[in-house]
Amino acid sequence: MTLSQRLRDIDWIDVWLWVFRVVIILGVVIGITRKLFFGAGTTYDSSDWIDFFISGLSQGGLYALIALGYTMVYGVLFMINFAHGEFFMSGAMASTYLIASTLAASGFINEQPILYLVLVTVAAVLTSMGVSLLTERIAYRPLRRAPRLVPLITAIGASFFWQYIFRGLFGSAVKAFPVPTILEGRVNVFGLDFLKVRLIVIIVSILALIGLYLFVQKTKTGKSIRAVAEDKDVAALMGIDVDRAIATTFAIGAMMAGIAAVLWGLVFKQVIFSMGFVPGIKAFTAAVLGGIGSIPGAALGGFFLGVIEAVGPPLILEGLGAPGAHQLKDVTAFLLLVLVLIFRPQGIIGERLAEKKA
Amino acid sequence: MTTMLELNDVHAYYGKIHALKGISLNVAKGEIVTLIGGNGAGKTTTLRTICALMRPTSGAAMLNGENLSNYKASQLAAKGVAMVPEGRGVFSRMTVLENLEMGAYHRNDKAGILEDIEHIYALFPRLKERRGQVSGTLSGGEQQMLAMGRAMMSRPSLLLLDEPSMGLAPVLVEAIFSTVEEINRQGTTILLVEQNALMALQIASRGYVLQTGEIVLSDSARALQRNAMVQKVYLGIE
Repeated sequence: MTLSQRLRDIDWIDVWLWVFRVVIILGVVIGITRKLFFGAGTTYDSSDWIDFFISGLSQGGLYALIALGYTMVYGVLFMINFAHGEFFMSGAMASTYLIASTLAASGFINEQPILYLVLVTVAAVLTSMGVSLLTERIAYRPLRRAPRLVPLITAIGASFFWQYIFRGLFGSAVKAFPVPTILEGRVNVFGLDFLKVRLIVIIVSILALIGLYLFVQKTKTGKSIRAVAEDKDVAALMGIDVDRAIATTFAIGAMMAGIAAVLWGLVFKQVIFSMGFVPGIKAFTAAVLGGIGSIPGAALGGFFLGVIEAVGPPLILEGLGAPGAHQLKDVTAFLLLVLVLIFRPQGIIGERLAEKKA
Repeated sequence: MTTMLELNDVHAYYGKIHALKGISLNVAKGEIVTLIGGNGAGKTTTLRTICALMRPTSGAAMLNGENLSNYKASQLAAKGVAMVPEGRGVFSRMTVLENLEMGAYHRNDKAGILEDIEHIYALFPRLKERRGQVSGTLSGGEQQMLAMGRAMMSRPSLLLLDEPSMGLAPVLVEAIFSTVEEINRQGTTILLVEQNALMALQIASRGYVLQTGEIVLSDSARALQRNAMVQKVYLGIE
């Protein structure tokens, strides 16, 4: 074979992908080396690194909770519900304006902090669930047999609809989310120094994830959701009301978003009608990272994204000499998404859906 | 004998395609009736219409005198109708045991369900060995057994089977068909859709021949076996 023939046989896309891989790996290695051994950028001590990691973990817990809604709905309908970020926003807004601010003004917040958190969470969860069930019933169910692009565009429309409904209801200002004083400050657990709210977020999100996983695996309703995700016609033949199972899926995803909304309020201490967009996109990224359609995947993807986003910029980007690396969280997150889509489109633990669902 | 299932001049469309052009058939209580025909004859469409997965454009499927199109597909299990779909339709990411439990989804008698699971294991010992296994990893024959066992879990009075022999080795086909006979002996009425006319006519008491959406022949299974057209087209006898 002559050289020119060999050259013609090379698939240049593969070559480009390999070059891309090498560049990314080199970048990561060089960045970390320069950071750790040559002291590039700001110097951090070990407690700073632990702080980055913990805040990443807690942010990841929030992403994981929201990501569940994306992944479960995708599991049963093969549809990306872009309005899911708005389910999260609606819970945060309604619980802050209607419950939290009233209870804070009356002083109840510090007299009964636990009851306060319970009431706020109930309000957030109920609002998120109500908004999601309305969206499912009115906007998505009539389109169940439409081509897949149609519900996708409808979801984007529903997202705008809810944003402006809540802006109309509560105004466009930033509103403070009242946090009980008992949750301010730091706490030391196992020799690690946590911001109290960060610790709460990590614990609650892990518990909620485990609870959801057990629900889907063990209960009759959970099994009916899995059956509907596999084959709607056969599930119906088993006596499963498919519409109801789908509505339940939306409600459970929204419940997790409602819990995330309160935790988000505790960490960031403010709400606004547009707050659903970025967490929604990040959680969607997390769901794709883990393998969309998979519940453990969404959990793993969420924590993974949170940690990479928090640790990546100081560790890798500062090492590479990027200016203002701590502002490059979002770049890191979406770069990760692009990398996953190129090199492992099925996600960390996802199955090859395209093959199965085609 | 009392008529259990009756189709009366049923028409159905897939978009613009006229898939069923006036199907009329009946199945009496306790019978095995077979519906034979080639690819695209409308066999699966007939079953989907009975199960309310498709609506007939005219005509009706009646079960014990009730019009089935008044129900949703998910209500039929409670009416005593179960189907083993074409290609088996097992929930491949669920375990064998979970699949069987899904078959009993509309039931609430825990003790009875456990008893029936044991009964299915007795009928198909292979399923017991593999109860904890994810069913996507089962062989084709095992999946067919699972699909039949799952359908039996609803304690159906009418069992619809859509090509249970598809893709199975001859020895397995024999085993499946003798189980179908066994299920029938235990009191379940069966409507069996098959391309494998030879096997189907051996266990059925009566048969219908379906061609491009129409029933062209109906007779006792024995008479159909001797029919010149059936022999030529479906049994491969010249």
